[in-house]
Amino acid sequence: MNKILKKQALNPTVTLMEVEAPLVARKAEPGQFIILRVDQDGERIPLTVADYDREKGTVTIIFQIVGATTEKLNHLNEGDFIHDFVGPLGRATHTEGLKKVAVVGGGVGCAIAYPVTKKLFEQGAEVHAIAGFRNKDLVILEDEFAAHSTKFVRMSDDGSWGEKGLVTDALKKLIESGEQYDEVITIGPLIMMKFVCRLTKEYGVKTIASMNPIMIDGTGMCGGCRLTVSGKTRFACVDGPEFDGHEIDFDEAMARGRTYQDFERHAYEEACNLFKEEK
Amino acid sequence: MPNMALKKNPMPSQAPDVRNHNFSEVALGYTEAQAIDEAQRCLNCKHRPCVGGCPVRIRIPDFIKEMAAGRFEAAYQIIAESSSLPAVCGRVCPQESQCESKCVRGIKGEPVGIGRLERFAADWHNAHSQEAPQKPASNGHRVAVIGSGPSGLTCAGGLAKKGYEVTVFEALHLAGGVLVYGIPEFRLPKSIVQKEIDTLMQLGVKIETNVVIGKTITIAELMEEYGFEAVFIGSGAGLPKFMNIPGENLKGVYSANEFLTRINLMKAYKPGSDTPIQHGKHVAVVGGGNVAMDAARCAKRLGAEVTVIYRRTEAELPARREEVEHAMEEGIQFKFLTNPLEIQGDEQGWVKAAKCQEMALGEPDASGRRRPVPVEGSEFVIPLDCVIMALGTSPNPLIKSTTEGLETQKWGGIIAEDETGLTSLTGIYAGGDAVTGAATVILAMGAGKNAAAAIDEYLKNK
Ligand SMILES: Cc1cc2nc3c(=O)[nH]c(=O)nc-3n(C[C@H](O)[C@H](O)[C@H](O)COP(=O)(O)OP(=O)(O)OC[C@H]3O[C@@H](n4cnc5c(N)ncnc54)[C@H](O)[C@@H]3O)c2cc1C
Ligand SMILES: Cc1cc2nc3c(=O)[nH]c(=O)nc-3n(C[C@H](O)[C@H](O)[C@H](O)COP(=O)(O)OP(=O)(O)OC[C@H]3O[C@@H](n4cnc5c(N)ncnc54)[C@H](O)[C@@H]3O)c2cc1C
Ligand code: SF4
Ligand code: SF4
Ligand code: FES
Repeated sequence: MNKILKKQALNPTVTLMEVEAPLVARKAEPGQFIILRVDQDGERIPLTVADYDREKGTVTIIFQIVGATTEKLNHLNEGDFIHDFVGPLGRATHTEGLKKVAVVGGGVGCAIAYPVTKKLFEQGAEVHAIAGFRNKDLVILEDEFAAHSTKFVRMSDDGSWGEKGLVTDALKKLIESGEQYDEVITIGPLIMMKFVCRLTKEYGVKTIASMNPIMIDGTGMCGGCRLTVSGKTRFACVDGPEFDGHEIDFDEAMARGRTYQDFERHAYEEACNLFKEEK
Repeated sequence: MPNMALKKNPMPSQAPDVRNHNFSEVALGYTEAQAIDEAQRCLNCKHRPCVGGCPVRIRIPDFIKEMAAGRFEAAYQIIAESSSLPAVCGRVCPQESQCESKCVRGIKGEPVGIGRLERFAADWHNAHSQEAPQKPASNGHRVAVIGSGPSGLTCAGGLAKKGYEVTVFEALHLAGGVLVYGIPEFRLPKSIVQKEIDTLMQLGVKIETNVVIGKTITIAELMEEYGFEAVFIGSGAGLPKFMNIPGENLKGVYSANEFLTRINLMKAYKPGSDTPIQHGKHVAVVGGGNVAMDAARCAKRLGAEVTVIYRRTEAELPARREEVEHAMEEGIQFKFLTNPLEIQGDEQGWVKAAKCQEMALGEPDASGRRRPVPVEGSEFVIPLDCVIMALGTSPNPLIKSTTEGLETQKWGGIIAEDETGLTSLTGIYAGGDAVTGAATVILAMGAGKNAAAAIDEYLKNK
């Protein structure tokens, strides 16, 4: 049981929670994630460690309400408890020796991209952050990115925030203008990461993509999170979640991510109806 | 005069075409009269061959004698001297290859139903005993146990009874190991496992779920910072194998671990569960062990037509005989001497068929079993919408990779002394599937028990 110390809506569908979890806070590194269950019979869902405070013993999560479990989570308030909260899981992002990096985040993926952006910046690396959102109402963590990057490029699909266009347009422009990155780190929807990786492959820039397949245990026990990387099966929860973006089979990952789509739509509607009845 | 019937008293069970639609326990257990009648089949042999077949040397003829006289609590107490999980082992032990294989009554007719009697005695005790176990006075020493499967629970219980302060760390949100996430409710009701865990907690054992040792806390930290003087590693063999054939990552292909975890641990079979599971119509399970039978029988209960694909013949099936018979009665089909070559998918990436090949048995291999060899030109296609891979598991590398100096076999098993479970590191012991690779509940329990004794010796003399 882990207590929620702070809850804040970042936009209509994205919420930040600061959770008391001293054991996780003590070990967490950017790139790692936790698995939680909201209640007794709840589903196990993975969420990235968006920030941590080792002194206070807290971990911050930022989640988008996309289905039944995130909807239920969003109904908890400050002072409530999350039933199960385990981590930190997965491997930490490799940041050693990186001098100049572009971090490319899309949508709620920016929440996952933020901790590594901050860490690289605090290590003294030159960090170009490129964040993309559909429109200005969905923007999250703007001040945080601005404060922890040497260059911050804002992109939106409709031009209501920053420049109109895709994150790949911005990245391409930077590379073509002569910026030379040791590495590109990309986190966001699979389709976005696929195109970021296609672009950087053309320019021969090493790219790390953070994958978010369906998971259960998060310890290597079920194989549900498997992906094909360099033609080999890898488990995202223990071998990842970050992999060499040029080697990932994105099409397979996208297909696998849709396994429970129908079930989940139904469960989400049920959860929403449940909350409506309560009101 | 002993009961000279050649056959065991049959086990009262749910009818096959009823039980294959529900998740309630299949075998219902003997009545008192049946238990006494079965116990009277035992000849109380002087040389006690059955005891030699039991990995933890339960005094079988002695407990059966008490049962024959209707003294069930006395029978239970004899079993409890050697086994800490009799209600579990009486249900899931491969008796036919252990105690019962050595029973003299089996020479002509069927052996005494030792497992069924053990189960009866344990259930009787659980139903009638009011006595709550008392927490013994603490001896001030602290021991950490990693993993809450049968090896970890037994080690924790053994130490707690001697006054140690024991904390069990479990990665999942629920204690029990394979007993809760793998073996299905219809074979081992979860309330029985929970009862064992409640007993441990009454003995003072603390259970910390949601702690992944190696990630949340390392073994070195347990010893140096948290003040544990010894550690027992009972982390099991949970890493699933795949075949590495084309199409294995299509939607609708599961490892047995994933399929069973969704169903057992996450209760995906219950309407209204938050965790989804695919309800396939035509399911193939690849493999022939207990895990394959459990996956097949779960898929059947979710409404599928199920085929088990196994590359050798019925005679080589490694699963417990009783499980195979139960599966067959429940309408599960078997394709023996068959091996999948490729899983084929549709445009959306869902499984639509498996291309298989017929096999023939050739010369015996290193294990002494005849090696299956492909039959040229025998390929054929089976239409399917779900494939479950039950090909075995190996120990998870997480603990090894985060514990400096812990020696393991090439395949991942932790190297530990036979009698004590001592690893290459002082004060660190290991047992169960983490050491042997996937084995049995009773062996894991035995290893936990031996390690508890060894840890006690070690800390007393430290
Ligand atoms: C390592 C990792 C880190 C993640 N970090 C974050 C994060 O920081 N913030 C955030 O908002 N989301 C994150 N996710 C995604 C998050 O886990 C899912 O959004 C969540 O599980 C959806 O649960 P739900 O019941 O609300 O929705 P569901 O109804 O279950 O699903 C809605 C949609 O999410 C997809 N989905 C379902 N289950 C999962 C799952 N277990 N993992 C991934 N996708 C799933 C479905 O395919 C569907 O498209 C992360 C996923 C992984 C694997
Ligand atoms: C589906 C299935 C059916 C089976 N049927 C039978 C049967 O009929 N009869 C029989 O005798 N045997 C059967 N077995 C085998 C039997 O269940 C195992 O041999 C036995 O459970 C092994 O016990 P264990 O204590 O070594 O490990 P497990 O039961 O595997 O428990 C290990 C525990 O450790 C936890 N863990 C792992 N790593 C960590 C970590 N780093 N930190 C914290 N916790 C960790 C795991 O989550 C797990 O709970 C079956 C196995 C399966 C999978
Ligand atoms: S523990 Fe297993 S092997 Fe031993 S007597 Fe009981 S059923 Fe037989
Ligand atoms: S071998 Fe069979 S008959 Fe003989 S004592 Fe053992 S259980 Fe009884
Ligand atoms: S989530 Fe189960 S193996 Fe990765």
